[in-house]
Amino acid sequence: MMITLNGEPRATEAATLADLLADCGFGAKVATALNGDFVPAALRTTTPIAEGDRIEVVAPMQGG
Amino acid sequence: MPVFYGTTVDSALMLGTAQYPSPAILAEAFRVSQAGIATVSLRREAGGGQAFWDMIAGLGTRILPNTAGCHTVKEAVTTAHMARELFATSWIKLEVIGHADTLQPDVFGLVEAARILTEDGFEVFPYCTEDLTVCGRLLEVGSQVLMPWGAPIGSGLGLNNPYGLRSLRAHFPDVPLVVDAGVGLPSHAAQAMEMGFDAVLLNTAVAKAGDPVGMARAMALAVEAGRAAFEADPMEPRDMAAPSTPVLGKAFLA
Repeated sequence: MMITLNGEPRATEAATLADLLADCGFGAKVATALNGDFVPAALRTTTPIAEGDRIEVVAPMQGG
Repeated sequence: MPVFYGTTVDSALMLGTAQYPSPAILAEAFRVSQAGIATVSLRREAGGGQAFWDMIAGLGTRILPNTAGCHTVKEAVTTAHMARELFATSWIKLEVIGHADTLQPDVFGLVEAARILTEDGFEVFPYCTEDLTVCGRLLEVGSQVLMPWGAPIGSGLGLNNPYGLRSLRAHFPDVPLVVDAGVGLPSHAAQAMEMGFDAVLLNTAVAKAGDPVGMARAMALAVEAGRAAFEADPMEPRDMAAPSTPVLGKAFLA
């Protein structure tokens, strides 16, 4: 299926958000949102991914 | 020292972490300035998150995550939740931007986002204008700190509306107030502190200086001097001259 990950189209077979993060090699220090809604780390393993989902994965960065 | 949501911070200087020439210079700027709070952000993970986090954690400074770049309530609220999880703090510098050129806050969205986040247990530091009504609304919905802009973010123009900032200070004498954004020179920071503001938050003025570490030191001195001046109760300015040397006893030599 096709999803949008951090603004880029991506094909994935991951069933859950946790699977997707593992497939993409993201580190532990990230936070996630699915279709604009925050998904806590504890819920990633039970959050399914569907065709067309928009997923954001963010990390600590410089800011003012 | 400023007290935010019951926490006393060691310095009235709050520094951003963006735009420094190198991580080493950033760290040295924080060390020299002894800034009490470091503002940080969240961005799409591109591989540098862990390294940045390790560096920031090494500063030993209290962290204030922001919602920079958010233009809607929904974006800001979602970003705040992600920040709380990542940085393990309920503090959030709340930005809801309403104008692309000036980065002026969308004050309507800001109040709504502050209400939602406060109800959800966040301790909100709203980046706002100096408008008394807006600030009153922010307090009504639970904000216990206000961070009015001095001038547009990154402009270095200083305090564009000293009257408005003085008025805000006078109307909310017990609310911790921080001038956030627009500070370009130590004199701007000192001016804010002389007015009785509790702290100053700046980033670009230090990060983009020719010598960021030197400017960080200058800003720290300015904040300290401005606060000392406020506590020393400055004289009232007057239009006419008044001789400081006594006239009585002057020799008659004409």
